[in-house]
This record gives sequence, C-alpha cells and structure tokens, in this order.
Amino acid sequence: MTPEDVQLIVALCKQRAGLKIDPARTYLIESRLGPLARREAYGSVAELITGLRARREEPLIWALVEAMTSSETAFFRDRTPFQQFRDEILPTLSRMRGPEPIRIWSAGCSTGQEAYSLAMIAEAGQGLEPGVRIEIYGSDISERALEKAQAGVYNPFEVQRGLPIQLLVDHFDKVEDTWRLSPRIRQRVRWRRINLAADLSAVGRFDVIFCRNVLCDLDEAVRPRVLEGLAAALPADGFLVLGVEETPLGLTDAYRPITGREGLFARNPAYRVAA
Amino acid sequence: MKTCLLVDDSRVIRKVARRILEDLGYEVAEASDGLEALAWCRAAMPDVILLDWNMPVMNGLDFLRQLRTEPGGDEPRVVFCTVENEPARIREALAAGACEYIMKPFDGDILQAKFAEAGLLAHEGAAA
Repeated sequence: MTPEDVQLIVALCKQRAGLKIDPARTYLIESRLGPLARREAYGSVAELITGLRARREEPLIWALVEAMTSSETAFFRDRTPFQQFRDEILPTLSRMRGPEPIRIWSAGCSTGQEAYSLAMIAEAGQGLEPGVRIEIYGSDISERALEKAQAGVYNPFEVQRGLPIQLLVDHFDKVEDTWRLSPRIRQRVRWRRINLAADLSAVGRFDVIFCRNVLCDLDEAVRPRVLEGLAAALPADGFLVLGVEETPLGLTDAYRPITGREGLFARNPAYRVAA
Repeated sequence: MKTCLLVDDSRVIRKVARRILEDLGYEVAEASDGLEALAWCRAAMPDVILLDWNMPVMNGLDFLRQLRTEPGGDEPRVVFCTVENEPARIREALAAGACEYIMKPFDGDILQAKFAEAGLLAHEGAAA
C-alpha cells in the first residue's frame, strides 16, 4: 500500500461510518482488508485499492468500510454490566413497564455475542414480573457480522470467552466442531443494519442501549452526534451502557452518570432532545 | 496464596497451564493421574483443581466422585480441562461437582475467563 492508499482508506472510513483509523497502523489495515481482497479476487490489499480507485463502486466501498470495523466481542464481556442488567436494570423495568414491552438495543453488536448474552438473561427471567415482554435488537454496520450473528454459530474459542459452561449446555447444540444457539434464544433477537454515524431519528424507542466499545473506534468529531442520537431513542427513564472507560461526559449534556456504576448512564432530565 | 492442584498426564499441558496459573497468582502443585491427585488432596486440600479427564490409573471423573466423598473434599472448586466436548459428558462432569469446564485446546485467555466465571480470580473484574 502507498501512503495515498492508506489516506484513501482512512478518508472513506471516516466519511461513510465515522470510523477513526490510525494511518500509522498499516498492519491492522492489511490484516482487516486481506480477507476482502481475497474474496474480491485481488492479489493483495494494494491491488484491491487500485481496483477501488478504478471502479468506485458503492458496494465495494461499503465492503471495505465494513471490513475495517472491529469485530472484537465476547459473551458477557467484562461481566459487571451484564450483572447490573440482570440484577437491577431489568427487574426495575419489568415492574415499571407492566404489559408494555421492554426494548433492549445492542448497538454495534458485531457477531452477536452481546445481544445473545442479554437474550439468555431475559430467558432466565430472574427477578422479573410474570408476563413481562422483552424485545432484544442487535445492530451493526457490517452485513457480514450480522450474518454470523443471525446464524448463531460459534467456534469453541468464542464459546469459552465469557460464557459460563452451564449456559453452553443449556442453550447450545454441538454441531460438528461448532456450537449453535438454540432456536429459542435466536428467536429472541432481531437484527438490523444500522450505521450509527448516520441519522438515528427513525430507529425507534429503546429502554436500554448497550453501546460498548463502539465509541472508542469512532472519530472524536462524530461521538457527540452518535451519543445524542442514542439519547433521542431513550425514554426519560432509560439507560445507556458504555464500555469500561468510555463516557459521554464532556462530549454531550444528554446523560448523567450513575454513582458507583461504571459505564452506566441515565438520560439527563435537564437535556432536551433537539427537534 | 491460593493453591491450585494441576492434574494432567501430559507434561507439556502441565508446563503450559502452570505458567498461566502462576500468572493468575496461584501456588501450583502437579499430579499426573487421579490417584496421585487424591494423595495430594489427602495431604493438603487445594483451593482449586484443574482436572484432565482421560488419564491412566484413575481418570478425572472417577477422581472427582471419590474426592467429593473424602473429608473436606467438597471444598475445592474443580475446573475440568479436557478434549471431551460432547454436551452429555459436560453435563456428567457438572453433575459430579465440577464448577467450570474448559475444552481443549485452550489458551491463557480462556483459562483466565473460566476462572473469572468460577469466581477464582483474586482481582475480580480487573482481568475480565
């Protein structure tokens, strides 16, 4: 890759998806785009970029941007946010919402482990009112990640990072060398392609939004808009769950922190969503 | 310092696992089959046992069942670490009193994640 190739990749990622790609990390760029170059029958990433300049085709540009997103995720990643969801957030919402469905959004869900972790908690129903309805949505910018999420098939390494063994035997079937989630859990989650850097006004209302380790990959200039778009989707008593060490404070007034709950934020009652 | 008894008939696995366990802050003892492991436990009950299934002399499941009948034998937390990966076998191990289960091949991340799930890490959360 030439420096111009790298600049083109960085610019496309920022423009289309608000992604922040460090141009110095050429190894990362090569490793993420290598599989795409092979799928598109180019001999190398450099040839892929040459082809992209010549063709300028939207599907190829989007395939490149999607390939540059991080797919790093795990079941019950960091544990604590999921314990808070299970022990505090979901029981509280189940008392407050009554027959109204509780809507949960895993934003930037990658290959689906976060959304399915939430679905397994919902399935267990610990501390929830009888008859509670819980709807779980997973979204990502990457079609390929969503395809894998929807399939619900994971390799032995993926099911051993964060997933308690009891949940593995309760909810997965072993299919040759992989593990497939039961239809019961898969049917609890609905999937949508959403670009968080685009207009979020039509996404609907969500009581809890998990958006963990997503902001850190976005360009600083895009973060306030994304956070405000998510805030507009939350009701006044809704929650935003961010990654460890991520915070909306200093970027927007839309949230207030919850004391003693790292990564957990509530809508700021003083904040008015712009019309 | 917490103690972990590492039971596996493969010297290579013991060497790899010992290093990971020591990094997690455990004092490690080794046994190469279930009978040797029982002798260790009768002398000094460890806090945690990382247990292979298929071993000569006495296999891991027979060891675990025997251990649970011994005085103080219900104390150690037992994590299986084996190539056995059929759901029926995993359920059998859990029913016999294992608290977590690692399918080989494994790496440091998996061992650490499994120990975190079983509540066996000194710095809960920090490592997850």
